Amino acid sequence: MEDKIGVFICTGYGIADALDVDALCKVATDEFNVPFCKTVESCEGPGLKSINEDIASEGLNKVVIAGISPRRYPDHAFPEQVMVEPVGLREQVVWCLPAAEEDTQMVAEDYLRMYLTRVKKRQPLEPFQPEETIDKSLLVVGGGIAGLTAAVEAAKAGYEVKLVEKTAVLGGWLAKQHKSIPTRPPYRDLEDTGIDELIAEVDANPKIKVYTSATTGEILGAPGLFDVTLKSAGNGKPEGEVVDQFRIGAIVQATGWRPADPREDLPYGKLDNVIRNVELEEMVKSQGRITRPSDGKEAKSVAFIQCGGCTNKEHHSYCSSICCLTSLKQALYVREQDENSKAYIFYEFMRTPGKYENFYRRAQEDDGIFLTRGDVTEVKPNDNGGLSVTARDTMLGEEIQVNVDLVVLAAGMIPNAADGEAIRALEDAKVTMVEGDSEAKKKDAAETLERLKQHDGTQILNLGYRQGPDLPSLEYGFPDSHFICFPYESRRTGIYPTGAARQPTDGMGSRADATGAALKAIQCVEMTARGEAVHPRAGDKSYPDFFMQRCTKCKRCTEECPFGVLNEDKEGTPLLRATRCRRCGVCMGACPERIVSFKDYSVDIVGSMIKAVNVPDEFEEKPRILVIACENDAFPALDLLGQHRLQSSPWIRTVPVRCLGSVNFVWITEAMSAGYDGVILIGCKYGDDYQCHFVKGSELASVREKNVREKLEQMAMDTERVELHQLQIDEYHKLPGIFEKFAELIDEIGMNPFKGM
Amino acid sequence: MSGEAKPILVIGGGIAGITAAVEAAEVGYQVILVEKDAFLGGRVMRSYKYFPKMCPPTCGFEINTRRLRRNSRITVHTLATVEQVSGKAGDFKVKIKKRPRYVTGACSLDDSIAEQLTSERPDDLNLGMGTTKALYYPHDMAFPPLHMLDRDALSESDAQTLTKVAPAGAIDLTMTDEEIEVDVGAIIVATGWRPYDATKLDNLGFGQCENVVTNVMMERIADPRGPTGGKIVRPSDGAPAVNVAFVQCAGSRDENHLPYCSAVCCMASLKQARYLREHNEAARATIFYIDIRTIGRLEKFYYNLLADANVAFVKGKVAKITEDPGSKDLILDVEDTIAGHKPEQKFDMVILATGIVPNTVDVKIPFELEYDEYGFIDGATDVEGIYAAGCAKHPCDVSRAAKESTAAALKAIQCVNRG
Repeated sequence: MEDKIGVFICTGYGIADALDVDALCKVATDEFNVPFCKTVESCEGPGLKSINEDIASEGLNKVVIAGISPRRYPDHAFPEQVMVEPVGLREQVVWCLPAAEEDTQMVAEDYLRMYLTRVKKRQPLEPFQPEETIDKSLLVVGGGIAGLTAAVEAAKAGYEVKLVEKTAVLGGWLAKQHKSIPTRPPYRDLEDTGIDELIAEVDANPKIKVYTSATTGEILGAPGLFDVTLKSAGNGKPEGEVVDQFRIGAIVQATGWRPADPREDLPYGKLDNVIRNVELEEMVKSQGRITRPSDGKEAKSVAFIQCGGCTNKEHHSYCSSICCLTSLKQALYVREQDENSKAYIFYEFMRTPGKYENFYRRAQEDDGIFLTRGDVTEVKPNDNGGLSVTARDTMLGEEIQVNVDLVVLAAGMIPNAADGEAIRALEDAKVTMVEGDSEAKKKDAAETLERLKQHDGTQILNLGYRQGPDLPSLEYGFPDSHFICFPYESRRTGIYPTGAARQPTDGMGSRADATGAALKAIQCVEMTARGEAVHPRAGDKSYPDFFMQRCTKCKRCTEECPFGVLNEDKEGTPLLRATRCRRCGVCMGACPERIVSFKDYSVDIVGSMIKAVNVPDEFEEKPRILVIACENDAFPALDLLGQHRLQSSPWIRTVPVRCLGSVNFVWITEAMSAGYDGVILIGCKYGDDYQCHFVKGSELASVREKNVREKLEQMAMDTERVELHQLQIDEYHKLPGIFEKFAELIDEIGMNPFKGM
Repeated sequence: MSGEAKPILVIGGGIAGITAAVEAAEVGYQVILVEKDAFLGGRVMRSYKYFPKMCPPTCGFEINTRRLRRNSRITVHTLATVEQVSGKAGDFKVKIKKRPRYVTGACSLDDSIAEQLTSERPDDLNLGMGTTKALYYPHDMAFPPLHMLDRDALSESDAQTLTKVAPAGAIDLTMTDEEIEVDVGAIIVATGWRPYDATKLDNLGFGQCENVVTNVMMERIADPRGPTGGKIVRPSDGAPAVNVAFVQCAGSRDENHLPYCSAVCCMASLKQARYLREHNEAARATIFYIDIRTIGRLEKFYYNLLADANVAFVKGKVAKITEDPGSKDLILDVEDTIAGHKPEQKFDMVILATGIVPNTVDVKIPFELEYDEYGFIDGATDVEGIYAAGCAKHPCDVSRAAKESTAAALKAIQCVNRG
């Protein structure tokens, strides 16, 4: 379709007072030969309506509106087929630069040039539609409380579910429990676990197909197109034999937890009457009463030792969230067994959050439950076949000693999750040990093997992903996710970890979490079917295109993609799995051959925007500083700078990018060749507490920045001309200082010597 | 199936409500989001940083507003309250009352207009600490991105000024209440929480001692956009707060006030101790607690703080707080349960870790619903077609609220599909 470009320049909001609007119009009409350029008083409300009327009557399909920030428009403010580029003259020019000055006018004109260039280069989006139909059914891995809940809730919403459980029965840990902690007001009473009813509901639901004694032998493909091979986990069939093969659309990983090993200084495994909370639970469930394993005598007194394997300070680990509640529950088992029985609970902090406090209160009211804040220092056998427990009471500061029949250690929860990246590194190291072409490489590989040996054979999902067979891990082996605002966002699109596999949680929390994970899996297949990206660029219909003829198989894109989108063949050719893609453009930033592009975002489009700026010659003493700003945080911060009427710099020209990781460093060398005096890259915080919405983008940019410095050296250019800043969205007040300091630096080292060449 | 389904109504535009709305809409369902304030974001917009990452809530909020802007399936009503609900699961009729903004949106305003006014109002974003003009932009990231006019605070002369200086059509002082009626298939209640009224804790001196503030006030004080420009100073004299006490369970876990644990106050105080320490390296924080409840991975945050020599943890109940009339320093009468004695300790400032009270404690949803004895809509008492999420259900942090509202979105979808 032929381009019909229109430009609207807004005169309201003080724009006409600060800028020469006629001159702006001339940029459009004279420099860019735009046939339709009009001034409007406002670009909202009636103003927006009149713009839309002009778009319709003139048949415009590409539009630039120089007025308010793009962040002020709803996307559906314009007809979908029209490509619109709003230019935030108000926020990023008029509000933060002196009015009616030549330099301010130059900024505005440059922005108009940049966005006119961008809109010209943009191509209409066609949502990604694979040849095969997107499958909307779900795979749930794990048949415990979380997995069962996810399956039932998804099925109730109308989706087909395949549920796979590695053991012979459904129910997981909850099925091994005698009673459950309270889940409803008044939060004081033990409840039936309800697991049998839930299993029956799963069994009765025609939309759910259950596979027990099976594991995911292989999961190939991508969201909407995952091909799953289930393998036998024993129980009658030869282990490893293929049980079934099918296609699904998205995955809920509800692989649960396993109990931690207790503290080493306690005689678990050495004395029969020292057991873990999980073993007590199974004992009560199976035999209905609590006895001493040593002689089968009824246990009349039981000591519970909290944090029995978990939050020991030396371990410096996490809290397993439910051990306090479990011990309180088990103390009630002890009390229900015999009215004269005694339960002692030794704890550091009693953690009964929210309304569980009522349950704690009930235990406090019970005369036979003794709650002591103290460190247990010794557990040893006593004369009558029981145990003597010594503790230092940290409240009274004295040592206490009790004789009990049984000691129960509140063992923590370890996630049943594997670290996909570590497994991949391990496998790579194994290959290097055999095929490595130097002794140094083999030595490195041997070190990797030793460092990662505990990951050997731990894979669970067996994903056919170049970056590893499972999700990447966060600390303590929990799967990585944006765990505050967007708790479901894992680094593998369409795969949602839930329940205790991703954080220690109670049954109620698991149910809510699993229902949410089911929603996310459903949302993923629906959005994928519409050809849209999922979070955080939800609804984006662009997708990357790889011009394969020029690919050199350098593997940078396959290694650097934060979401493991690209597989590779034996030669290292990237194989795009587009429905895994989150559209951050990290591959575009990584590619030295610049073969990756989106229809509305490409090396050429951004590079051309950068070059569209008029760079004055060195005698005019007007430096030009390119600011490449992450659109998620840095670009909004630039809006806020204006909103707060802080002063920006007339030397800067900002180009927003999807993520700093999408910055192809050719833009920087091209900018320097074009005469810019320096480049400031502004992205999100990285590191352990990363704020990058694409997890690794800004960090990758910081690594690549080092390479670009080398490139600058080769160009005989000062390396200080490129700076990278991490900026939080609310740190807009730091921007004037950053710009000022950089301008001073340019003043010091001089203008770009290539200017005008 | 989503094409002909009835919309889902979400009541409350805080983090829980926004999450429920965008998650359901991105699946493909129509959503109506109703918020009583002039802007979305609720309580999180009044927080300076999130624990444990110490990141600004505006970072995630920017993404969420982009999701809202991008999605034509969501209709947002601010300044709106639900007045009446009738019908049943799959087929509810809802009356919504919209209060006037007096700002039309025909042409957005900027603060130069507001600056020409003299009328002011208490700054509710900053919990009444400080004032704004009667015409104000709710906060940096306001969504919808519109000013709000407090008509009650606007003087007659300012009203005249406005007609002169505001762009034509931008302000309409004749706006009135509007009532709309919608048909929805399911309702998500995400009405959130408010802090427990600290003046009820008469032994802890709030409202009597100037330098006793609450944890929610501390969020504003530490925030550069707050009333002190981010300086952690004493309300009495503006002097830097160097020696600060945090009093945990101020109301919570107390049968005379809130019998339950508010679940987030431990982490909130530890986070605020970090604010203090990052603000002033000489500052000292003393945290008086019953139990430190830093659950799951949050435990690491506690351990990191334990390593800070200027942060002390004292297990003990603060029995009484009094003020030195001259210095306005605070004297704490503490039962230190570990050390065993009762030291009288002096502090520059005291922060009360007030707990979470559900807004539904007195503002009920106009429909026959069960509440627990504290006013929460407990998950176990869900009425078919109406689902609670976040702090309407129980005290919880942002991450849990986000999960539960995502879950509520699925429950609602099941319901509108059936309907």
